[in-house]
Amino acid sequence: MIWNKQAECMPDKELRKLQLERLKETVRRAYENVPYYKKKFDELKIKPSDITSLRDIVKLPYTTKTDLREGYPFGMFAVPGKDIVEVHTSSGTTGKPVVAGYTRGDIDTWGEVVARCLTMAGATSSSIIQNGYGYGMFTGGMGIHYGSHKIGATIVPVSAGNTKRQIDLMQDFGTTLITCTPSYALYLAEAAGEDGVDRKKIKLRAGCFGAEVWTEKMREEIESRFRILALNIYGLTEIIGPGVAHECDKKAGLHIFEDHFYPEIISPETLEPLPDGERGELVFTTLTREGMPMIRFRTRDVTTLRREPCKCGRTVVRMDRITGRSDDMLKIRGVLIFPSQIERALLEVKGIEPQYQIIVTRPRHLDEMEVQVELSNKMFSDEVKHIEEFRKKIEAHIEKSVGIRVKVTLVEPKSLPRSEGKAKRVFDKRELK
Amino acid sequence: MKLKQISVFLENRKGRLWEALDALANAKINIRALSIADTSEFGILRLIVPDPDMAKKVLEKGNFTVKENNVVAVEVADKPGGLAEVLKVLSDADINVEYLYAFVEKSGEKAVVVLRTENTDAGIKALKTAGIAILLAEQVYAL
Repeated sequence: MIWNKQAECMPDKELRKLQLERLKETVRRAYENVPYYKKKFDELKIKPSDITSLRDIVKLPYTTKTDLREGYPFGMFAVPGKDIVEVHTSSGTTGKPVVAGYTRGDIDTWGEVVARCLTMAGATSSSIIQNGYGYGMFTGGMGIHYGSHKIGATIVPVSAGNTKRQIDLMQDFGTTLITCTPSYALYLAEAAGEDGVDRKKIKLRAGCFGAEVWTEKMREEIESRFRILALNIYGLTEIIGPGVAHECDKKAGLHIFEDHFYPEIISPETLEPLPDGERGELVFTTLTREGMPMIRFRTRDVTTLRREPCKCGRTVVRMDRITGRSDDMLKIRGVLIFPSQIERALLEVKGIEPQYQIIVTRPRHLDEMEVQVELSNKMFSDEVKHIEEFRKKIEAHIEKSVGIRVKVTLVEPKSLPRSEGKAKRVFDKRELK
Repeated sequence: MKLKQISVFLENRKGRLWEALDALANAKINIRALSIADTSEFGILRLIVPDPDMAKKVLEKGNFTVKENNVVAVEVADKPGGLAEVLKVLSDADINVEYLYAFVEKSGEKAVVVLRTENTDAGIKALKTAGIAILLAEQVYAL
């Protein structure tokens, strides 16, 4: 099923024409209404009128998370405050959060693109959608909510967590579609299994899973455990939230809604655009956002764009499943973390050696971060309890300053590998590739 | 009255205990008593040796984290209730015992136990008052 055939199956020429119109308009609005963009454009001596073809987009500057953070809280808004009807933020663990502002029109667009996603997963007005994405500042909950309303399905806004309740609701309400992180889906499947829930009592047919990097192997597991269709949803706060791209049931990559979001792939080293089919960093320019137009936003997500037509009939470009990031950032249980944040937190604990290693694993489908710290003479004691206290103190400090629970393991001094150059400190063993 | 004990941090890794003991063997250091505290992730090897300073040096050279601290060695009657008697003294004096372990060798007819109380001086005082024999370092090394 296709929600908006006209937009999703638009002939290429028509789509390019629409994109160019919208790009020009976006650039003009950004330049005229957002001082940040005006300054940047002026520095580069670019005028909105310089954009006469889609290819001209390369003349425009990139926007990074840091740029957005500098505009905290409302510096990137292109409309007066009275026109903003909703705000969301990124998790903000790497500093000030990024604020996204939505006009009434943006909320409508958001509902539209999410409706396309949910429809790909088989949603109709008679569906019962259990929304396990968090409601609140995070975009996941509300984004799915608006999409479900657009379709006219029944949304069950259960939000994240509360596993027992999720399983009860799933059975009692006859949930047909679930939306949550893939790791939580697996956790739910496991918990339902342990509770001896009869699969026949569950009407679940599909799920839209995202907000974290996952693998084909995880898909297979979710599909076989729940006996559902597991599809990949993609989005980010800076662009709109969930609903930027979604997989159709052909599972051949995520369709990007190009009438609203213009994707590019660049080399994170040279910052030069790469041709379709090459792997690189995904960059987005919004084409219809009113509240917060985004010009060439560097997502740091690594993927490949594919133009070959999809069997589903949609003509819009597809992107591969995200396989990693172009920086050293880690996404742990949906929270973005730089290893340097862990380092900073460690160094704030008195008596600690600045030698550490981060090991990320995913036992039982949930991310776990282990921080190995070298025990210093100052920390050592002949009593277990003192060492344990110290270890717990480090854990508590990391949780307090980085916002994530980690497991600290003490290792012997000088046992962690030293390196002359950039030490390899992070070992991601989640097999996400 | 106080006896020096060597503590060694052991990561929970194959062969690590052997490496520590091998380092001591190569330096011809004879272990008089030892105990290992183990948690799920690491262990602490505690040792009584005739030359603690030397042992510390040898182990540190082998990249071990080592600490010296004071414990008390007491004589305990080698009969049922012998150790309980000593512990009652400490319990009555409201002194917490962190850990204890025993020597293989005997002091005459008595068994020898290494005690670590929360406060070593308070422990010694309570034991002395109760008339429990505390061994001097030389006596311990001569066992």
